Formats: sequence, structure tokens, C-alpha cells
Amino acid sequence: MSNRTKVTNIVIAGLGGQGVLKASDIIADAAFRAGLDVKKSEIHGMSQRGGSVSSDVRFGERVFSPMVPVGEADYLVVLSPDQVEPNRWRLREGGTLITPEAIPEGALRDKRSLNVALLGCLSVSLPFPESAWEEAIRQSLVPKLHAANLQVFALGRAEAHKALSVPNP
Amino acid sequence: MSEPERLLLSGDEAVALAARDGDIALGTGYPGTPSTEILESFSRLGGRAQWSPNEKVALEVGLGVAYAGARALVTMKHVGLNVAADPLFTAAYTGVTGALVVVSADDPGMASSQNEQDNRRYAVAAGIPMLEPADSQEAYEFTLLALHVSERWGIPVLLRLTTRVCHSSTVVRPAGALTPSNAPATFVRDIKGRVMIPAYARPAHRRLREKLARIQEWNESEGPNRETGSDRSLGIITAGISFMHAREAAPEAAVLKLGMSYPLPLETIRRFVGSVSRCVVIEEGDPYLLEAIRAAGLAVEGRPEGYRFGELDVNRVRRILAADTSPEPVAPAGKPPQLCQGCPHRSVFGALRNLDCIVASDIGCYTLAVLPPFEAADTCVCMGASIGVGLGLRHVLPPEQARRVVSTLGDSTFIHSGITGLVEMVYNPPKTGHLVIILDNGTTAMTGLQEHPGTGRTLDHQPTGKVVIEDLVRSLGIARVYVTDPTANSAAFQELVAASLGSGELTVIVARRNCLLAAGRIKEYERFAAHKEITEDCVEQQD
Repeated sequence: MSNRTKVTNIVIAGLGGQGVLKASDIIADAAFRAGLDVKKSEIHGMSQRGGSVSSDVRFGERVFSPMVPVGEADYLVVLSPDQVEPNRWRLREGGTLITPEAIPEGALRDKRSLNVALLGCLSVSLPFPESAWEEAIRQSLVPKLHAANLQVFALGRAEAHKALSVPNP
Repeated sequence: MSEPERLLLSGDEAVALAARDGDIALGTGYPGTPSTEILESFSRLGGRAQWSPNEKVALEVGLGVAYAGARALVTMKHVGLNVAADPLFTAAYTGVTGALVVVSADDPGMASSQNEQDNRRYAVAAGIPMLEPADSQEAYEFTLLALHVSERWGIPVLLRLTTRVCHSSTVVRPAGALTPSNAPATFVRDIKGRVMIPAYARPAHRRLREKLARIQEWNESEGPNRETGSDRSLGIITAGISFMHAREAAPEAAVLKLGMSYPLPLETIRRFVGSVSRCVVIEEGDPYLLEAIRAAGLAVEGRPEGYRFGELDVNRVRRILAADTSPEPVAPAGKPPQLCQGCPHRSVFGALRNLDCIVASDIGCYTLAVLPPFEAADTCVCMGASIGVGLGLRHVLPPEQARRVVSTLGDSTFIHSGITGLVEMVYNPPKTGHLVIILDNGTTAMTGLQEHPGTGRTLDHQPTGKVVIEDLVRSLGIARVYVTDPTANSAAFQELVAASLGSGELTVIVARRNCLLAAGRIKEYERFAAHKEITEDCVEQQD
């Protein structure tokens, strides 16, 4: 496939209640705002009760299946360390794994904002302007959470620029 | 004409938007993953939507709307259509004056269901046209098309979604809203068309087959079926979400994508099969298309049996096309879901485990009590089955085992299908008595905190008539009825259960404490309702 038609595949994984679905909403919205074709797929229901949750986001000029094929994720963002191994098989060879270790211990005032902080790390690798991300964050969250989340998003971006994201072995 | 706006919507949201644009007069349904968000979104868009006690009632209400000449949308998950099957089959005979679109949200792979039945079979069995969208754009378009087909031929239409269509968000450009049905709903007597005594039902059946023949002709010439791809060495026939996986797995292959999967456009299919050198049917679930196409005398390939289980995806379609029967990679085990910390169900199932009960359980969050540490569920079949199954066990087990049997079900499940089970208990009581525990957490929790008749609030959380569960139970003549908070004193709760199990009498315990996730909202709704009542009283006094 040529670069022009290349689809970017992202998998977000974690546990119910960690904001996995919210994070994938924000990525999908940022891609949508960039004018790309985008599909986001997730499983609701039983997974909401503290169990494993994952959500797939795919974008490009034209996307068909809404699910990232196993072994084809370009980026795997994992919010809970114990969910890295169960989800590693989703990642392609040479794909990028982003884990909570990307954010320094104690840097987050509220650990519930880890999802947005890791999106900050992811964002430096994706072709959307920072403004599209910020707008997507504002759209997905209630106003009283905007300032704090924009701040942790910027923190994640800064950390990623320091090249802390872990390449897939 | 201006370019239509561009939206990012889930399949459920797209159906809701089409329901609004298609001037649906009333949406009814019962919550069930993955269909629940359709009516919730429709309500948020300003549509009139309501939860019914179960899918059968929802369909009957929708049928009445359509008899009156208006447009109705009825939503449910696949197993809900089993509950609604009785009116469905005869509604096909009576037909409708307005429009009746029934959404069946199937769950291949059972993300959140007790089986993976394929409801395309219902379309054939009942004689009801079925449309199958593949993404949110088609979910929008096919909802409007279903309204059109329903009104044009005066027949209910099934819109079959699957989990990946319902819960995937894709880009939608909404266009082509139906002309609103401006004719006001009105009653037109049509006794021979609507009263299905045998003398009138016999010609009605012939009318149904005649309509289906006309719809099949339309599907051949104008139906929502399309061909893509140019490589005639490989042809693929597919429908719904499977199209997306197939298109990606074999980008060059000639593909016939069927939008209306009943009645099938067999001539279109015949031409397509004749135009390719190899033709493979790609479908999830039952081999429905494969059987129908082969029965028409066409040579097409199916898939190895293993692929009828679970969802398809791009990799699985690649394997099917390569006739690969080697063992499939197994997904690494994730963390299973569990009852929330602080969930009131925990106290109940802790007690049942301590007492070594035989638990006939039911559909809801509390089904999670089957997992460690509780492992306190012995059966789970369908909505409301806990009571009947518990009674059957009590009837035949030796007394020392029978006295350990308890039926557990939630408040919404009780309203849905538990009431007739209680009637059975009163009518045919087991010799050892029986114990039913209604786990009343004040909401339909598993599907995402929906209201039901026992909460006394409508779909959009406004106060309405309330079914008081214990009053209903007492009205059946059940003497031992207890209402208790199972978390207040767990030792006392366990004693009550122990005493009830062996009492030889019929007992219902309403274990009442609001769901932890819903408690805050419920308080707010109640405060709002109390405020509204005061305001309305003031207004009345002023009058």
C-alpha cells in the first residue's frame, strides 16, 4: 500500500473505569477534525465492571474494518501495567508501545488523568495539529475538567519529546 | 444543494438520527447491549422514546402506533426478539398502515450476551424483510429505507445490526430525510386485515407471500445491493460488517454486498456467481447466505465450521479465503469483570455462598457472582428463567437438596419476565416451598443504568407511575414477603435467607439498596421530582 492510503492503527487498553473509551473518543475526534476517514470500535457491557477494556481507532484516507487486525497496531497505549502482556499481540513488529512509565512518578496530581497524559505522549507521533487535540479534549470532557486535562496533555507531550516512549522489542 | 454535514456517530446514534429525520412518532424498546443507546440518543435528539417492561410489549405498542398510520421504531438485542417473536409473526400477516421498523441488535462473539443466535433466521421464519447495514452511514440510510419499505408495502421491517455496527463510530453524512408523515394518526377500521381469526388469517398469509414476492422484485432491481472490486478470479458475497473485513482482506476481489438479506435478490446473486471464477460467501454466525444460495443451485464456497463461532475480523477472513484450517491464535486472557467493590449484590451472594445454596440465577450484573470469590450461581438461561428453573429444581430434587434452592433476579429482570414465574409459584408451589430473592438496586444496571417501571421514572428520568414490587408480590397472595437492605446487617440477612430456605413456605425477599453507580443520580432525580411536585401544587392552588 502506498503511504497515501496507509491506515494508522491505534489500540488503547486498560481496565474498566480508567478512561480507555474516553481516550479513544478523543483520538477519533482529533482525526475526524483533521478531515480523515476514521473508525473507532469498542466493546461495552460486561467489560465495564473493572475488567479488561480495549478500544481500536483507525484513520486514513479510507478505512474499512473498524477493528485493528491482530499484529497490525502501529501504537498500543496501555493504561494499566498488568494489561501490557495481554495486549502486546495487537502490536505490529516495530510498533510503538506507550505505558504509564512514560509519565514520571508523581507528575500527575490526579491519576484519573493518566489517559489524557498518555494521549499527550501519543500525540507527538500523529499528524494532527495540537489545536485539534485540544479541541477534541474540550469536546469530550465537561468544562470543569478542561484546564487540568489540557495541562496533563501538555505534560505528556513534553515527556514524549524527551523521547521516553518505549519502542516495542 | 449544500454539502450535508459530516458527523462521527456510532451505529446506534446513526439509527437514532435517522429516526428523528424519518419522523418516528414513537420509539419503544427494552434495554439490551448493544441496542440500548438507540432510544437514549433518539430521546436526546428530541424524539419521543420510552422503555417498555419487555420487548414483547414494546413491539405491541409499536404495532399499535403503526396500525394508527404513524411511524414506529422498536429496539432490542437479539435475544429480545425471542420475547417479541409472538407478535412479530402475526404482525407480518396483519401488516401495518404506517411504518414499523424493528431493530434486532445481534451479538456474534457474545460480548455481552448468553448466546450468539443469528436473527436473520427470524426474517425467513416470520416472513419479514430484513436490512443489514455495515457501518454508521448505512445504519442511517437503511433506517430511512426500512421506513420506506415498511410504508410502501405495509409490512414490518427488521433492521439487523451487530455489535460492531452498533458500537463502532464511523463518519456519517446524513442526507435524504424522508418527507415527514404529515397525515395525522387516525383509526381506520380494517377488521379482516387486523383481526387474525383463522378465516381472516388464511388470506392474510397469502397477502404476505404476495408482498414478499413484490419486495424481492424490488430488491433485484432497486435494492441496496452493490458490487465493488474488479478481480473476477475471486468473488465474495457478503453483508453487514463482514463486508468491511472482506473488503480489507481482499481489496481487489469482486464483491457483491447485500444490503437486504431477506428476501434475497437471487437473480442478482446468480449473475454475480456466473461472473467470477471462484465465489466465496463471507458471513458471521449461521451459514444463512450460503444455504440460501446453494439451495438456489449455485456453486459457492463456504467457510470451515470453526468460523461460525465468534465475530469475524480481517485476519479471520484472510484465513477463510486461504481455506486455512490450522488452529487460530488464542487471545491472551485479560482481567474478567467483577461486581463493583461496595456493590449491594455482594452481601446477597456472600450469604448464598456461605449457606451452600443451589442458585437459579438470571440475567444482569449479578450474573458476575458466578465468578470467584462467590461462585454462587448455578444456572443462567434467559430473562426471568431463575424462577421457573428454581421451581423445577424444587419439584424433583430430594428434599434436603430442594431446600437449598433459591431463585435470584434483579428488579428490571423481575418486571421484564419474573412476574409470570411468581404466578406459577403461587399456582404450583413445591412441597418444600421456595425462596425468590429480588435484587432491587433501583436501576437496570448492566446495560448502563436505565429506568424501568419499578423506578417510577421514564426513559428520560421524569416521574411517572411506579410499580411497587413488594405490593405486586403481596397481591399474589404470597404471605412471607420481606423488604430489607442486604448491606445493613449481613449476618441478619443470612439468617433470614437460612430461615426462609427451610420454612416450607413461599417467600420473596426484596433485597433493596441502590446500585453504587446509580445512587448519586437517583438522589438527584428524586430531589428534582420532589421540587417539581411542590411547584405543581403551588400552580394548582393558584388555579
